[in-house]
Amino acid sequence: MGLIRAMRGDTGGQVMLAVLAVVTVLVPVLNLMVPEGHPWHLSSYTVTLLGKYLTYALLAVAVDLVWGYLGILSLGHGAFFALGGYAMGMYLMRQIGERGVYGHPELPDFMVFLNWKELPWFWHGFDMFWFAALMVVLVPGLLAFVFGYLAFRSRVTGVYLSIITQALTFALMLAFFRNEMGFGGNNGLTDFKDILGFDLKSNATRAGLFVASAIALALGYLACRYIVASRLGRVAVAIRDAEPRTRFIGYRVERVKLFIFTFSAMLAGIAGALYVPQVGIINPGEFSPLNSIELVIWVAVGGRATLYGAVVGAILVNYGKTYFTGVMPEAWLFALGGLFVLVTLFLPRGIAGLLALIRRRRAPAGEGAQ
Amino acid sequence: MTALQEFREAMRRDRQWSFMYSVRDLEVDVSQGAILYLEDLSVSFDGFKAIDGLNFYVEAGELRCVIGPNGAGKTTMMDIITGKTRPDSGSAFFGRNIDLLRLSESQIAEVGIGRKFQKPTVFEHHSVLENLELAMAGDKRVFPTLFARLSGQQRDRIDEVLGIIGLKAQAGREAGALSHGQKQWLEIGMLLMQDPHLLLVDEPVAGMTHQEMDRTAELLTSLAGKHSVVVVEHDMDFVRSIAKRVTVLHQGRVLAEGSMDEVQNDPRVVEVYLGE
Amino acid sequence: MPVSTDPRDWGRRGFAALLLIGGLCSAPMLAVAEEAIPPGEPVVEATLPDPIEAPISEMEGTPSESDTLEAVAPAPAKDLASIAARLADRSFSVKEAAVAEVARSGDPRAAALLKALLAGDLQQRREDERLVLVTPAGPDWRLTDALTDEPLGEAAARDLKKITLNNRMRSALRSAIAGLTLNHPDAEVRLRAVQEMTGVSDDDVVAGLRARLAEEGDGGVRAALELALAIVDLADADATVRATAVDALAGRLEPEVRNRLAPLAAGDSDPEVRAAAADALQGIATRLKTYAAMETLFFGLSLGSVLVLAAIGLAITFGVMGVINMAHGELIMLGAYTTYLVQLAMPNAIEFSLLVAIPAAFLVSGSVGVLIERSVIRYLYGRPLETLLATFGISLILQQLVRTTISAQNVVVENPSWMSGSLVINPALSLTYNRLYVLIFALAVFAALLLILKRTALGLQVRAVSQNRAMARAMGVRSARVDALTFGLGSGIAGVAGVALSQLTNVGPNMGQAYIIDSFMVVVFGGVGNLWGTLVAGLTLGVANKLMEPWAGAVLAKILVLVFIIMFIQKRPRGLFPQRGRAADA
Repeated sequence: MGLIRAMRGDTGGQVMLAVLAVVTVLVPVLNLMVPEGHPWHLSSYTVTLLGKYLTYALLAVAVDLVWGYLGILSLGHGAFFALGGYAMGMYLMRQIGERGVYGHPELPDFMVFLNWKELPWFWHGFDMFWFAALMVVLVPGLLAFVFGYLAFRSRVTGVYLSIITQALTFALMLAFFRNEMGFGGNNGLTDFKDILGFDLKSNATRAGLFVASAIALALGYLACRYIVASRLGRVAVAIRDAEPRTRFIGYRVERVKLFIFTFSAMLAGIAGALYVPQVGIINPGEFSPLNSIELVIWVAVGGRATLYGAVVGAILVNYGKTYFTGVMPEAWLFALGGLFVLVTLFLPRGIAGLLALIRRRRAPAGEGAQ
Repeated sequence: MTALQEFREAMRRDRQWSFMYSVRDLEVDVSQGAILYLEDLSVSFDGFKAIDGLNFYVEAGELRCVIGPNGAGKTTMMDIITGKTRPDSGSAFFGRNIDLLRLSESQIAEVGIGRKFQKPTVFEHHSVLENLELAMAGDKRVFPTLFARLSGQQRDRIDEVLGIIGLKAQAGREAGALSHGQKQWLEIGMLLMQDPHLLLVDEPVAGMTHQEMDRTAELLTSLAGKHSVVVVEHDMDFVRSIAKRVTVLHQGRVLAEGSMDEVQNDPRVVEVYLGE
Repeated sequence: MPVSTDPRDWGRRGFAALLLIGGLCSAPMLAVAEEAIPPGEPVVEATLPDPIEAPISEMEGTPSESDTLEAVAPAPAKDLASIAARLADRSFSVKEAAVAEVARSGDPRAAALLKALLAGDLQQRREDERLVLVTPAGPDWRLTDALTDEPLGEAAARDLKKITLNNRMRSALRSAIAGLTLNHPDAEVRLRAVQEMTGVSDDDVVAGLRARLAEEGDGGVRAALELALAIVDLADADATVRATAVDALAGRLEPEVRNRLAPLAAGDSDPEVRAAAADALQGIATRLKTYAAMETLFFGLSLGSVLVLAAIGLAITFGVMGVINMAHGELIMLGAYTTYLVQLAMPNAIEFSLLVAIPAAFLVSGSVGVLIERSVIRYLYGRPLETLLATFGISLILQQLVRTTISAQNVVVENPSWMSGSLVINPALSLTYNRLYVLIFALAVFAALLLILKRTALGLQVRAVSQNRAMARAMGVRSARVDALTFGLGSGIAGVAGVALSQLTNVGPNMGQAYIIDSFMVVVFGGVGNLWGTLVAGLTLGVANKLMEPWAGAVLAKILVLVFIIMFIQKRPRGLFPQRGRAADA
């Protein structure tokens, strides 16, 4: 009921979800049912690539929720994504069991290599999927909660907040690079075998992960849409536009921010957890400040404060990245850098804004005079 | 404050620990007649004393006008009451029981103090209706807000206020697209929606036509009685048209207080206004 | 010439010293040397005549003596030539005698000649029996005259005759060379010789050292001699001698001293010596700790100066103008690359390259900065988050630009010789020149910037615009021009910082990214808009980082510093030295 209300008026979102639904059905069919060699066949590589894009899209939606609607430019959302990824990676590591290079029944290879005798305390429980799944949301959520509690309470806003979120992910990256942390150092976690008993290399599992990513994106989108369309969403926009004023009419600005920030971090964690089994590795590079800031540009390209724009932007930019790095790798950073500049200068409302502009131009004159 | 004092303060029997109570449970106690007590307030910015030993009381249901030359401390006083500025010394109580200096801005708004700013600040990307909805009195905690739905009664109230502020036709428009005067009205409307016990109104008629001024005067007068209203205004005609009691602030303290006529004939006031 | 404190060097020297000692003890050497004492010359150390040094020791004698020596100086050249000719004789005994005579000749070329002989580089040309120094040149040898250094072209191996040596001669050579160096007129050479012999307990060496001590005039060499002899005395059979030696060694920081004292403190037969040695070790340990602390402080200040350099340009663009320039690190990188290009352009004048690079880097980074401001940033004033994103895009473009035009790999920026080496304060504390100069340079840049802002018209306008743009414009300040110049100034300083950093770290396309977060941390920690805050914050963070490193490790220390700043900003969002008042609220 509430969801239907939330989706009303969100034409872009409706289109996006419809396309997503079609793709979710079509991709596995073209991959699994259509025989290889047939022109309609979709390779598993493409399926995984698309699945990866969808997890990025979910991450972008999470960023758009805090940046577009709450005005918090987080340059640390990559950290929440990576933490979710590590939680999933730890589960996948434990699933390897005796099939590792050293064949240790309990310890992952890198721990045997480092001569560790037993599992560190924080690795316990990750052999159970439900526990790992819980950690996928709880760990990023907890970090976001503690960080947000401190930051919002002392009213750190704007650029300062952006910079300390960046410092946060930078510090985490340095920490995860250390072997002593117990997360595999700079090699990270990899060589996964299977998830919930399904072989990660099989086409069916890959298609399954793709579908799971699509469903997660759809649910995540709907949840964000629900928040945005609620009165709380309007309070968020009010905070974005005039924070002190929102306080003076009685809203606990800190708590609103904390709730949305934490929720967004949890979404990012889920995105990370779906990303890891598809790409097969998670390492500290995911914490790199560059990643976090890059994903902000996905949102900017798509158009902030629209949610569906974030999905569009994430997929477009990443498609561009795949394309460029394949065809002319040295041009990719030029393209990405140029994108940052051009979008902020000439397309401040992104593709979604452009579409809205075109639609308004086409609409009969008299409306939207400004 | 030494640790001992702090401990004594924490153990006072007439107070609850701040983390134990929710301000939502507090009801302002006006049994002594006054709704606002400001005593011995002082605050300075970089050595400049904006407020200097200010004592100021407002009776429940009163309409009070505050006048004074620029830099007299009018806006700073409002800032202290609403929690934006913390005083260096002194006390500020809302009713007998609520210590304003211990509450945050949003908590102060929750216990029933509303404020209209000098420069109208409305939420520009929200429609007029949404602005009013946001300001509406009610449970403003996170989860109730997330699942909030407008009831029929609330819709009626918004409609009513839209009528009062004359923005019915603009209800769906983005507030950012309103004219300056309309924004003023919208802010007053938001104040009405908040339904506070005490309204602080900073320069309500700036940018308004004479007609609008009259309507504002009428509105504020009608609010008094059920609410307490403090109006800061430069426009003397406007003040004269609404004020029963006027307080003159000068250099951060109360220079004179009384009816408009008394104040106007006070030689000190004359000197301050004309002697400059 | 700075002396390395690297323990590995000590080991190598010990070995070299042992080789030399072999030569010193050889009997024929002494025999030959005895003849060398000029008639009537008093033997200085009666008990232990050390003949080899006697002739040359005159050089360090009274002025009148050295006068006479200078007067004779040209004469031995002919002598040397005639003596040297005999080095190529067939008979080993003739050759031995010639070696001794060369050593005695007092000719400054003697040591080099003997070293070449020992190394096999001294050969005889068949056609004219001339003695030549050979260096390999392809299949052939390049020849120079052994005595006059005159180049003689190249020759094939068959045109040359090797001078054969036997073991006795090799020992004789080694001892002669040691004697020559220990008594070399140059104090530096003597010092090195003494240091090489420190820790050697051979009787003859000790005797040589004692003799040298008796007439040594140079304070540094004396100290080294005393140290060497005291170390020898530690092994003396007489407990009082040992005790005196322990006393003499108390407070000495050379690692050799600690190595020698430790066994004494652990198990000397005499309890007093044992206690004294333990005390001395304790004292040395305390001093070492102090110097280690000073060294840590220096490293901290050095790191801090790097942070200050990197951050100070940002303090202008971010602090004064409120512009978030994520490309700041890349402007630093451009400065470093400018240094690289300058060095490419003037390969023969590396010594001066930095002097050229500093203004060049200022201009390059400064003009790139102005370009960025004019083309992008000025359209984004008042939208800090967008500025952040746009400048980040620029940083990516600049990185890739360097990668494609120059190289994706790190490039080598050379240190001029005056930047390498270190200032040795004592064996436990030496400050590397590059860090020292960068520290001084950082302070100089800071002072210059302060002057520009406080004393120049531009500075006045910058401050006016930063405080109240509208008012400044009303007063006739061309704010657009001021913005561009301010941004150019901040960027130019980033370039200058790049020159300094190129002397300390790797220069590569990614180097800028390493500094951007740190720089922002420094500026925010110090208080935005406050240059002094940036200085204090940079140095404080540098020292804090280095203080934590010993027990936390480099990475963890950095993490802790980051976490600390994150927490600090929560507590004091305006930094250490906030700008106060109502203006700051705007």
